[in-house]
Amino acid sequence: MTSFTPISGLAGGLLIGLSATLLLWGNGRIVGISGIIGGIRRGDALWRLGFLVAMGVGGMTVLWISDASLPAPASDPLLLIIAGLLVGVGTRLGSGCTSGHGVCGLARLSLRSLVAVVVFMAVAMATVFIVRHVI
Amino acid sequence: MKQIGMAILSGLLFGAGLAVSDMLNPDKVLGFLDITSHWDPTLALVMGGALLIHLPTSRWILKQSTPKLASSFSLPALTQIDRPLVVGAVLFGIGWGLVGLCPGPAIILLGGGSSSVVIFVGAMLTGLWMAGYLKHKF
Repeated sequence: MTSFTPISGLAGGLLIGLSATLLLWGNGRIVGISGIIGGIRRGDALWRLGFLVAMGVGGMTVLWISDASLPAPASDPLLLIIAGLLVGVGTRLGSGCTSGHGVCGLARLSLRSLVAVVVFMAVAMATVFIVRHVI
Repeated sequence: MKQIGMAILSGLLFGAGLAVSDMLNPDKVLGFLDITSHWDPTLALVMGGALLIHLPTSRWILKQSTPKLASSFSLPALTQIDRPLVVGAVLFGIGWGLVGLCPGPAIILLGGGSSSVVIFVGAMLTGLWMAGYLKHKF
């Protein structure tokens, strides 16, 4: 159980907005993580790998500076494999994840992104409800 | 070269933003998705904060004829609400809800070396590339 942390949430969100703005302004690209990963095998891998490695460095550096403990996801391997496959297949079929649809798509007022965000949020909420309160 | 520098700068900020907002923590994400008990609305503020900046800036940027360092914008071309979009969002929603990890945080947490994250990312990459072939069959 976690508690509401509006200030750090908003601050982190502003950094993500700035990140999306820079990539669109400079390179004309969308900050969609699943899309950036998915395109690696299409040839222009260098900027994609640069982005992903820098994202890891940025995230880990903040954890290290703030002395935060490393977050621990679920440990059941079967659950992790099923969830990972669903996230991979789903973001590819649906052309985006939380960042591409949720930040970039909504900012561009894309109807496809609005539909995607409403659907994946609602389904994820239903999934958590079933896992935590029904099963 | 400059484009790679810009991608690195953008990546650093993106990763830092996810860590500052505690969105790397699956419990925090699941706390947002679990609306029926002790709801934690932080994730909505993260998206809100990002949109607060990116909504006005993307409007302005897309009025320019080209981006600063590239010859053209690379934006999604699709506009129709089609079946792959909805089916994909449903599948992603189930996977996200099961463990509270989406692609960005999963990649960042690889740096921590936990075997859970390695298994998740391995499955996610398999899924991403597998679906590349599937997509044309819909």
